[in-house]
Amino acid sequence: MKRILLFTFLLIFLASCSAGGEGAADSQPQTYIENKGSDTIVNLALAWAEQYQTDHPDIRLSVTGGGSGTGIASLVNGTVDIANASRQIKQKEIELASEKGILPVEHIIARDAIAVIVNPENPVTELTLQQISDIYSGVYTNWSEVGGEDRPIVRLSRETNSGTHVYFLETVLRLGDKESTTLFSTNTLLLPSSEGIIVEVRQNPNAIGYDGLGYVPHDLKVIAIAPEVGDDYILPSVETVNSGTYPIARDLYMYTNGEPTGVVAEYLAWIMSAEAQEIVRKLGFVPIN
Amino acid sequence: MEKDLNWREFLITRLIKFSGYSAIIFVSLIFFFLLKEGLPTLAEVPLGDLFSLRWYPIESRYGILPLITGSLLVTVGAGLIAVPFGIGTAIYLAEIAPRWVRNLLKPLVELLGGLPSVVLGFLGILILSPTLRVTLNLPTGLTALTGSLLLGGIAIPTVVSISEDALDAVPKSYRDAALALGATRWQTIWRVTLPAARSGVLTAVMLGVGRSIGETMTVMMVTGNAPVLATGLADLFSPVRTMTATIAAEMGEVANASTHYHVLFFIGMVLFLISLFVNVTASAIVFRQKKRAERILS
Repeated sequence: MKRILLFTFLLIFLASCSAGGEGAADSQPQTYIENKGSDTIVNLALAWAEQYQTDHPDIRLSVTGGGSGTGIASLVNGTVDIANASRQIKQKEIELASEKGILPVEHIIARDAIAVIVNPENPVTELTLQQISDIYSGVYTNWSEVGGEDRPIVRLSRETNSGTHVYFLETVLRLGDKESTTLFSTNTLLLPSSEGIIVEVRQNPNAIGYDGLGYVPHDLKVIAIAPEVGDDYILPSVETVNSGTYPIARDLYMYTNGEPTGVVAEYLAWIMSAEAQEIVRKLGFVPIN
Repeated sequence: MEKDLNWREFLITRLIKFSGYSAIIFVSLIFFFLLKEGLPTLAEVPLGDLFSLRWYPIESRYGILPLITGSLLVTVGAGLIAVPFGIGTAIYLAEIAPRWVRNLLKPLVELLGGLPSVVLGFLGILILSPTLRVTLNLPTGLTALTGSLLLGGIAIPTVVSISEDALDAVPKSYRDAALALGATRWQTIWRVTLPAARSGVLTAVMLGVGRSIGETMTVMMVTGNAPVLATGLADLFSPVRTMTATIAAEMGEVANASTHYHVLFFIGMVLFLISLFVNVTASAIVFRQKKRAERILS
């Protein structure tokens, strides 16, 4: 009797198992969201996607990097649902998009500080914005000119398809002056990834680079920056970004084609929630609220 | 039965003929595609701007001269490394090494050619570039030289493998004759075997150079990608930006049919033309030599 009972339980258990499995496969057709763009945002977008997929098993998010320009180009070409960008969309890109019948809509999703980094062996600890601009535009070529050792300056930058590159050009090199035509010195090394910049700064005491604060490892030296000569030199952090005292901080964006609807709208709404913004803080970015 | 055989014969010869022509078809299709996407550049960018010194596409500065010189410099550097080392290795393997050493070394060298270029790029960033910076006291190790060394390494297996085959194919009677006339081993190699294998060796060099100029990933990782005009071999010690790295780094960013997109295809066209030029010159040289050799023999 006991054995029969056990056997029956086992049968019921097995039956329910298989039924449950089939049910899940049948009743939940998967929805894909394609998400591509800024390398600055890619880690954050991945963390969000992982969390969101755990909570919503019926939704699959595919997240790739490549640079803000790449993301926006994909949105314009109609191959992604959401483009990540660490800079605002350019007028030229909006025009190209509208030619193809695409209307990019902007969503601010987090904030980010750009840290200027040097090798820990470099004695320089603080610079003004003007000095950084002059270093990158080629006015200064030796660290001794900004209070360092007698070493050549090796300037590192991201490639031109990086939103960080464009932001740095506008905010630091041109000091926010729209009329300015200052460019990066031609011998600025353009490295294809954040990782490339970090590797080179780590091993080369001549190097200066910049990167999103969330990406800077602890073994590199972050430079304190003063907006003007005579101002305090400020290190980047959540507090100094939110109080507006750190001069190189920016909004991070997601772009959709038209106002988002359906699952994309739900996903973007979740990104604005306290839960998602807590992930922003954990990854070294600055939450929006 | 016989009819069936004829039919099969017909089909097979046609198939073979088609594969023969397909190479020509594909090359011309690719070239026409490049022309179609690249030529609008000439209408959109004035020639003076196109051949200027500043490459900064996001501000519509499309000077491609630094990119051309960058590619040439890295390739010449790679050639200077790959040709002597490659031919030297080939001579050793074909003429000097005992048979068992050759049978061991040749597959190993060819294995080197199978290394993915990204892996070489990693080695370049993490080991070669810091070492070069410290030993040569350079501002940065991400230079044309770093790229040339790695590309040389990539081209060497090609050069070795093909020139060794060519040397190996030289009939033994040539060497015997030279030695019988009292030539030393070195004189035999330098004056007889190598000239006899010249066309194969030249093909090897050509393919090696072709491999270097088209290589992308390694170069993008280690040359620093700074679009500075290179004016001489001394610029090997500073960063350069090559045409291939430019296309790879920027192609993903451009919107279809924009000026930047057309310029990138134009660069692809230039790259294609340079390869074509290298090939045509090399085969012209081979052809001329053959004719001379035939004249002497007749």
